[in-house]
Amino acid sequence: MDNDTLQHKMRELKTQFPALNQTVYGRPLVYLDNAATTQKPQRVIDSISEYYSKWNANIHRGAHYLANASTEKFEATRSALAEMLHANFREEIIFTQGSTDSVNMLSTILENEVEEGDEIWVTEMEHHANFVPWQMLALKKKAHFRYIPMLPSGEWDLAYAKNEITDRAKIVAFNWVSNALGTVNPVDELISLAKTAGAYVVIDGAQAVAHFDINVQALNCDFFLFSAHKMYGPTGLGVLWGRKELLEKLPPYRFGGEMIRKVSVTGTTFNDLPFKYEAGTPNIEAVIAFNESISFCKEVGRADMHKHELHLLKLATEELRKIEGSTIYADLENKVGVLSFNVEGIHSADIGTLLDQQGVAVRTGHHCTQPLWEKLGTTGSVRASFACYNTVEDVELFIAALNKSVNMLR
Amino acid sequence: MIEQKQQEIIEEFAFFEEWMHKYEHIIELGKEMKGLTDDEKKEELLVAGCQSKVWLKASLQENGTVNFEADSDAIITRGLVALVVSVFDNETPQDILNANIHFMNDIGLVSNLSQTRSNGLAAMVKQILLYATVFQAQQKSN
Repeated sequence: MDNDTLQHKMRELKTQFPALNQTVYGRPLVYLDNAATTQKPQRVIDSISEYYSKWNANIHRGAHYLANASTEKFEATRSALAEMLHANFREEIIFTQGSTDSVNMLSTILENEVEEGDEIWVTEMEHHANFVPWQMLALKKKAHFRYIPMLPSGEWDLAYAKNEITDRAKIVAFNWVSNALGTVNPVDELISLAKTAGAYVVIDGAQAVAHFDINVQALNCDFFLFSAHKMYGPTGLGVLWGRKELLEKLPPYRFGGEMIRKVSVTGTTFNDLPFKYEAGTPNIEAVIAFNESISFCKEVGRADMHKHELHLLKLATEELRKIEGSTIYADLENKVGVLSFNVEGIHSADIGTLLDQQGVAVRTGHHCTQPLWEKLGTTGSVRASFACYNTVEDVELFIAALNKSVNMLR
Repeated sequence: MIEQKQQEIIEEFAFFEEWMHKYEHIIELGKEMKGLTDDEKKEELLVAGCQSKVWLKASLQENGTVNFEADSDAIITRGLVALVVSVFDNETPQDILNANIHFMNDIGLVSNLSQTRSNGLAAMVKQILLYATVFQAQQKSN
């Protein structure tokens, strides 16, 4: 598909997202905070509304029409996810509250796998949510908490990883795509290193699922997690994929309703996968509506989305370079549509405030990756992140607003 | 009078019809404020804030009023900090504690101060009230 055809296809998408069709402070909204959360297409919104209008019932247990209907719809999303991730078994798909929840669950159920003196690895680039739970686990088990350094270019120091990751490594957890910089990491190489060392491999795919097709079998990881809301889906829903034999072996996380098989005063037995890890009434509306996001991504095609977002990134990067004193972090080829930058002598929060006044939504600050910014010698950045529905006009409005902001602040 | 100072700020901002002029004024206030020296910007004077930092220094003066000095690493926050300081500076602890602070809302810069955690202003006002409480207790015990 040539660029014009692609632009045309993507332009049509914007009309499917009602939240994008509004003004803020009397100006058209330019939403460039997609790495924080994406907007939702009408079909997702409709699905949530339809669920409460027609299907609301607690799932898996009711003996009536609505309960059966909602259970079927709920489980249909699990099947769709198994297909999306190329999982071998649909029961490998566990619904959680989000990526943070998934990592916390993993760091808890893997507790008994870690012994004193073992190593737990992350990278210097991680979101705090894939950093702190492992740091706490290491502390609790008297294990060594280690990290792969980030180079000033915004890439992993893989040479360090090659030298240092040995069979002492028990868990290696890392992001596929950096939320703060947009770097697409060489996950295959790190997975191979970690697997050779015999470690459990945990991939935080939160920033990858809206841009890349995922194949957990081909990746050869042990756990893969992400949030629905960064993939045009509802908030409060996360997905954790884990290898069946591991999830069967590992202990339950939370106790309660759905995850129980039999309870008596002398003991309790637990349900099979996936219910073993889904205690209590789940976020049914979100799970059902998420199926629409899965279809949306499949129909549009992630390859086209990614290509389009990179086109916008390229345009924005070229314009940003023209601004005197601008620094672009991770100005790399292999990225998603994330532009993380600062302008010399100006605080990122000030730029964010003035962009906001002009209708441009970006994120400013440390983006929950403080170790990363410490390495880059600053405390944070302005982050503009593009999604499939953003347009060339969005980039133009953003750059114009940015120039105006910089002029006001200088 | 704290209320009078607030009214003056509200009147001042009523002149600005464009958001740009309002912010240009805030930025100007930020640039003009004396602020703190780098040595004074100590960890213990930091009043939090997720994105921009705010430092606040307070001392009880001989005439029984409180002197506030503050700073921020972001210029817009610095301008807002200058406004907050101008309202509370040289007032007695009692007057500070009795004050109803509404000007931020009225000038349309911070719609809900108590929820604006990111720039540290809410934490700053809270800290001002804390200082006032401590100074008032000191005055009573003297």
